[in-house]
Amino acid sequence: MTAPTRGRTRAEEPAGEAAAPPRYAALRRFARGYLRRPSGIVGLVMLLAFAVAAIVAPSFIHPHDLDVTRASGALMAPPTGSYPLGTDENGRSVLLLVIWGARASLFIGVVATLMTVFIGGTIGLVAGHYQGRVGALLMHVTDWFIVLPSLPLAIALSVVLGQGASSIIIAIAITSWTGTARLVRAQTLAVGARPFIERGRALGASDPQIMVRHVLPSVLPLILVSSILTIGSAILAEATLTFLGLGDPTTVSWGSMLNSAFAQGAVTVGAWWYLLTPGIAILLVVMGFTLTGRAIEHVLDPRMVDRA
Amino acid sequence: MSIPPDVLLGEPLAADPTPDPPSGASGVGSKAGARTAALWFYARKLLAAVVSFFITLVIGFVLFQLMPADPVRALTQGRPTSAAQMQALRDSLGLDKPLWQRFASFVGDTLHGRLGFSWQFQEPVASLVGSHLWPTVLLMGVSTVISVSLGLWLGIRSGWRQGSVFDRISSGVSLTLWSVPTFWLGLLLLVAFSVGFGPIPSLFPADGMSDPSIAAAGWPHVVDVARHLVLPVATLVLGDYALYVSIMRSSLIDEMDSPYLLTARAKGLFDSDVRRKHAVPNALLPAVTVIFLQIGGIIGGAVTVETVYSWPGLGYLTYQALKVPDLPLLQGTFIIFSASVIIMNLAADVLYRFLDPRVRAQ
Repeated sequence: MTAPTRGRTRAEEPAGEAAAPPRYAALRRFARGYLRRPSGIVGLVMLLAFAVAAIVAPSFIHPHDLDVTRASGALMAPPTGSYPLGTDENGRSVLLLVIWGARASLFIGVVATLMTVFIGGTIGLVAGHYQGRVGALLMHVTDWFIVLPSLPLAIALSVVLGQGASSIIIAIAITSWTGTARLVRAQTLAVGARPFIERGRALGASDPQIMVRHVLPSVLPLILVSSILTIGSAILAEATLTFLGLGDPTTVSWGSMLNSAFAQGAVTVGAWWYLLTPGIAILLVVMGFTLTGRAIEHVLDPRMVDRA
Repeated sequence: MSIPPDVLLGEPLAADPTPDPPSGASGVGSKAGARTAALWFYARKLLAAVVSFFITLVIGFVLFQLMPADPVRALTQGRPTSAAQMQALRDSLGLDKPLWQRFASFVGDTLHGRLGFSWQFQEPVASLVGSHLWPTVLLMGVSTVISVSLGLWLGIRSGWRQGSVFDRISSGVSLTLWSVPTFWLGLLLLVAFSVGFGPIPSLFPADGMSDPSIAAAGWPHVVDVARHLVLPVATLVLGDYALYVSIMRSSLIDEMDSPYLLTARAKGLFDSDVRRKHAVPNALLPAVTVIFLQIGGIIGGAVTVETVYSWPGLGYLTYQALKVPDLPLLQGTFIIFSASVIIMNLAADVLYRFLDPRVRAQ
């Protein structure tokens, strides 16, 4: 999965930039490194396009466009001039639905990721910092969760919690925090061995102080990368759960579009516009998050280039 | 469902391939000592599996017995029931007993294979699970064998020539396939090859596992099932193989700088021999472990793909259960899925020890 920029980032190690204020210099160096990765730029552009579409959607999509009872198009009709991506089983425009669906899909993806990263980050940080019994216990809990089959567990959770966005968010967070926890723990262990932590301790800093003021800032870049990548899988998980009919039936999302396409026989009719559109939207957004996350990862840690 | 992105990214393999040295290895070196060490190793792994299963039961109990507000109300939904009938039902389900008693009887029932009574099928969950188990084993078995073989082969090719055109194309395809939900691939294959689309005629049947008009025995039946198997297997392979490619690829890349490869090259071996006889065997070991660890994520594919193709397995059963929702059935499939993942992980540990002499020597 290597972008063709292999080896170039490594050559740009900071050498003469120590004179500038370190924080801005680092930021500038980061931006420059990022802009040199074409795949990262492509990913970012894809994400921005969807984010902008999702945010400005209410300004050009009116509630009656999405209202089943007021839809005026032909039922499940192929693309035409006024319906560039065809219509759904109620005669609504698939194009408008897919743009509107970006709101729910991105929202659930982002919120579920925030929750995932919060749970995983906290557990990883604590497990890495308190290396005694607490750390061992937390890692055992993490290992138990890793072996649990995630989709059946997520299905069980969202059934028990009841249909709706919040239960899907909780189900995603509970089934996907383990990766972040292990990553953060490993990084916390690495940082904990550095001299400045010992110095902080010698100066009398408490454990929470060391964790929040010293360890967390060093772990944050990693958390950032991992959360950008997690948003992609959270969006896939959201699509899967809503496809199975666990989402809020009144909200339009990409998963729910595929759910109704499947349930209303788009497959038998061969309504490719209805099946393809939400899937391609998912593809582009998830790919956007993955490319962006990877580009950031490579810029932050040039050694990664050799690995993947 | 969700593949951990760190695996796909080809970061250093997260799983520690070497198990901790057995604590009871007092006489390492002697044969008896080695045997004790092996026994300790298996005992610890078995214990860990038992603990994992117990945790699964706790989670299942909390999810399905404690969290649903009132099972009796859910059970009698929409039917006229008197208070006395509700109370009788409550007694028969043991809902008024103390918590620990309910948990103990839940564990006892599960261990005896009494998984409850399905609300919608009016049949014991255990017999439903039993009749739906083999289609899933067949589907997941065939697709896993194909996707692991394909993934390992492509991973070796990509990792050996990292950054080559082949590697880049393969990575691009993997990234694309990873970015779409597997069930969506299934829907597309269904439209293209089963319903028939444009010039493509209907090539493969896709409704269920066999055609009821063909006798369920003998050679025609085997061919019929195989034809029904093609599209679901293709979907699962497309959805999963990329993961194995990246695992194998990064595992091989980890070995690339090893001195023993330099030695092998210095001996004047052909590049293909260095790869086949030296690099790949070493890279395979950690890859196998990580692959087994992914099974918990892969098994989710059964739910969506079986749903798309109405494949009569545990995944489709889960889908039918969640639509109602039929909590006892859902609980049963959850426990079966978890148990199979735990067993596969245990198998991986044993297999790993068997495959890697270094672990045994410890």
